Amino acid sequence: MKKRDIQFDATGQLRHFLTIEGLPRQTLIDILDTAENFATVTEQQVKKVPLLRGKTIVNLFFEASTRTRTTFELAAKRLSADVLNISVNTSSTSKGESLLDMLHNLEAMHCDMFIVRHDQSGAAHFIARHVAPHISVINGGDGRHAHPTQAMLDMFTIRRHKKSFQPLVVAIIGDIMHSRVARSQIHALNTLGVHEVRVIGPHTLIPRHTAESFGVHVYHDMQAGLRDVDVIMMLRLQRERMQGALLPSEGEYFRNYGLSKAKLALAKPDAIVLHPGPINRGVEIESCIADGPQSVILEQVSHGIAIRMAIMSMVLGRKPEKEE
Amino acid sequence: MLTLPNPTDLLTAMERDLRKLLVERKIVQPCMIGIHTGGVWVAQALHHALQLQQPLGTLNITFYRDDFTTLGMHPQVQPSSLPFAIDDKHIILVDDVLQTGRTIRAAMNEIFDYGRPASLILVCLADRSGRELPICADIIGTHLDLPPQQHVKLSGPAPLRLKLQEMT
Repeated sequence: MKKRDIQFDATGQLRHFLTIEGLPRQTLIDILDTAENFATVTEQQVKKVPLLRGKTIVNLFFEASTRTRTTFELAAKRLSADVLNISVNTSSTSKGESLLDMLHNLEAMHCDMFIVRHDQSGAAHFIARHVAPHISVINGGDGRHAHPTQAMLDMFTIRRHKKSFQPLVVAIIGDIMHSRVARSQIHALNTLGVHEVRVIGPHTLIPRHTAESFGVHVYHDMQAGLRDVDVIMMLRLQRERMQGALLPSEGEYFRNYGLSKAKLALAKPDAIVLHPGPINRGVEIESCIADGPQSVILEQVSHGIAIRMAIMSMVLGRKPEKEE
Repeated sequence: MLTLPNPTDLLTAMERDLRKLLVERKIVQPCMIGIHTGGVWVAQALHHALQLQQPLGTLNITFYRDDFTTLGMHPQVQPSSLPFAIDDKHIILVDDVLQTGRTIRAAMNEIFDYGRPASLILVCLADRSGRELPICADIIGTHLDLPPQQHVKLSGPAPLRLKLQEMT
């Protein structure tokens, strides 16, 4: 319960963006609507608005990332904020106190927002609990826990292609076990009220009790799971997070759970295919699908900038708390 | 209590004045842009009356406001849509109420981020007291001299009505 409270300030405005779990539907809709406005900024000759002029945003990345970091950076720059990129090697220093020392140093430099990516679940919450009152924290992915901005850009992409969330059947396919993206997607889809969320994958990559804990339908067979779905959300096989023999081979994984032409044909004819990237071609998705007409993968990347602009400006555009 | 004029009556005179100004300045194919939300309603009426060929553009100046940190975001406002290139165009910018001039400052900044117009003409339904920036309109429906606590608001789109609101 506490986790949910920390995202809002005393007046009920969004202060941090750490997880989608527990956020009201209206907050998600406000983010999507605001992002719709920011999408037009990229059509301008000058792709920049003066909204966050004078603000300093720190990309605090404890884990490698290209797409997420660059889209956060681009989003901040298009809002006219100043951006500082800090990549921290987790293995060398940062434990407990040294992390807090680092935060306090950044606070002393009068930064306004931290974008945090960390391989430990709960890292963004931890930082949000310890920062000065004027600082906002956005979770850019923490361990296996959450990647809320990715899920919001996925929702934005879905909404651009489908009129309404309510009638949709959405399938999330692959490595659910290690995926913070999947967790955030499921919370977002359920909050926005889609008709059905399915997760499809091998027994070894879907945690037990997934169906009950997340309110989804679990399938281990693509033939059954893909039937009549409107939206297919592929996940990357996270080889770097896997310990032990969870899969016999990538070839067999592709045969069973890779998205091929034949499998895609089981879904509705107007189904769209999403993937958070980076793509393992020939492992979880066939190249001709990733580059095909039903793929919206590159749109997701563009939408990522608009969504991140929306979240940053909503969080930093809070009215002062002491207003009567 | 001051009675406010009917916008429909004002629009007839505004259309006439605007036609005259366009002839004076030898502008043949202007593009019109309305500022959300009230300015778009006024612009729709003028755009229709003048039978302009270019589609109407709309501007949401939220991202260019100077009071963002005290007022926050308004996600419900429609996005900007400029269905024509701005470069070298004669632009007619339309808003409902001109007061401080800050909205127009923001709108001009946004327009210039899309391109370099040949000229700008400012059209406002109501020009009221309270200017804080050196901005004036070329075409004005009505002048209103009001104390600072009184606000003029346009309701619409049909029928258009000007209303006085007392701010506490």
